[in-house]
Amino acid sequence: MIEIKNLVKKYGQVVAVNDISFKVKEGEILGFLGPNGAGKSTTMNIITGYLPSTSGTVEVDGYDITTHPEQVKKRIGYLPEQPPLYKDMTVTEYLNFVSDLKKAPRNKRKSELSDIMELVGLTDHRKRLIDNLSKGYRQRVGLAQALIGNPKVLILDEPTVGLDPKQIVEIRRVIKGLASDRTIILSTHILPEVSMICERVVIINKGQIAAEDTPDRLSNNLSGVSKLNLTVKGDKDKVLKTIGNIPNIKYITMTTKSEESVYKYVLETKNNVDIREELFFRMADNKMPIIELKPSAATLEDIFISVVSNAGITQTEEE
Amino acid sequence: MSAVARKEIAGYFKSPIAYVLIGVYILIISIFFHPALNAGYGDFVEVLDDVGVFLIFIIPILTMRILAEDKKNGTEVLLLTSPTSLPKIVIGKFLATFTVFLVIVGISFIYPIVVVLFEGAITTQLVGAYIGFILLGAAFCSIGVFCSSLTENQIIAAIISLVILFGMWIADQFAATVGGLAGAIMEWISVLTRYGVFTKGLLTMENIIFFVSFTAMMLYMTVRVIERRRWVQG
Repeated sequence: MIEIKNLVKKYGQVVAVNDISFKVKEGEILGFLGPNGAGKSTTMNIITGYLPSTSGTVEVDGYDITTHPEQVKKRIGYLPEQPPLYKDMTVTEYLNFVSDLKKAPRNKRKSELSDIMELVGLTDHRKRLIDNLSKGYRQRVGLAQALIGNPKVLILDEPTVGLDPKQIVEIRRVIKGLASDRTIILSTHILPEVSMICERVVIINKGQIAAEDTPDRLSNNLSGVSKLNLTVKGDKDKVLKTIGNIPNIKYITMTTKSEESVYKYVLETKNNVDIREELFFRMADNKMPIIELKPSAATLEDIFISVVSNAGITQTEEE
Repeated sequence: MSAVARKEIAGYFKSPIAYVLIGVYILIISIFFHPALNAGYGDFVEVLDDVGVFLIFIIPILTMRILAEDKKNGTEVLLLTSPTSLPKIVIGKFLATFTVFLVIVGISFIYPIVVVLFEGAITTQLVGAYIGFILLGAAFCSIGVFCSSLTENQIIAAIISLVILFGMWIADQFAATVGGLAGAIMEWISVLTRYGVFTKGLLTMENIIFFVSFTAMMLYMTVRVIERRRWVQG
């Protein structure tokens, strides 16, 4: 559906996007991750035709953005980082204007707009001036605007930024609901969002692709070791000694003392060896009760930090 | 194109700006028409000739926000990523400003009608003067739209267009002093001289083509400015 090849964008001497290539399949939700200033918004602005690229090509549904901009723009709904709203208009006026601008058919206008407003939860606010809406509701108007004309592709630049937790959950639900028959690229730096919504993740850093895979596979590949969070009641030196005798442990760190003579430990094992059973019996033998034992997979935070702090490109490999 | 134009026209009449500008300009016209009425000859051509200069102040205020505001508020993204092409957007914006100007023209037409009611007549000279006035307004609006594309600051846009309009208005005054090619250009571009031809009742093809093509060229340059900015900015 979307194919980006060797995309480069330079602002004078500054290279904002440096040779990015990736594909998004029809019906896929792609998470576009990266620290601030990594080139996420620039890439999105190029895909939507707002900015021209320095070199490289963007194709949407087989149309090239430079040679067939109108065909591409017809197929894309874009929510930029800052929702493009006219504050002196009411929600309905604004959405009507966008419908005109996008040349959406007039006969179905009314039902389309009321469906969209229902979907994003704006029905009760349709007569209000956008200027008087809170940030969360403005974000919804921005999302509604992107949905007008039923575009096949949605490009959402940080759709949940600035919303309160309840609104974030709602908007995510809306986005997931939209995904059934659309291709979505969604940028964010909120990592749980990605694992919740996206099927595939592209992490970019300093204008280059740093990693590209499914959220699950990314965390598995990166970890290589599995981590265990362990809370044990008992003398800490004895505990450490007992654990130390278990083979395949890479290292142990003691974190905090939670209650009287109860300590928390983090264990890392080599090569995904499961030591939980052995751990349990050894502790039981020594009369040191395990209060809590919880395996922790590498979170997207870990991946993100490790990928982003690696200066070079680390492509994760399929196993 | 019509979507943009309709939205902008609605915007002008939702805020006080259109009413204030129209009101002020009609007031100016009335003040100039008053002595003519008192003297007992209702020559509106002379009034049009006199009030043309005030467009230098009215038009920049009318046009200053038309593109600068979109740039500043980030709504430019919406326009440029829509399937409507940039030239159509610019023409739509221009038509909105020009429509407000035409409202002024329409209201001012009350006076010639009053004259007719009191046994005057609408002369061909007046028709010529009105055509000139409308063409002048179109050219000025296009300059205002162009200046609004240069910056995201409305005040700066207004000042730039005011300076350009003023420069064009007085260009012929200095043409002789400057002399040579530059002088010839100043003579050529002077809208005052060209507008004066209309208010004398002369419809010359050269002047009509000048104003129409001047307007088209300013709009083309507006498109170029926005295109160019897409390439250089983030």
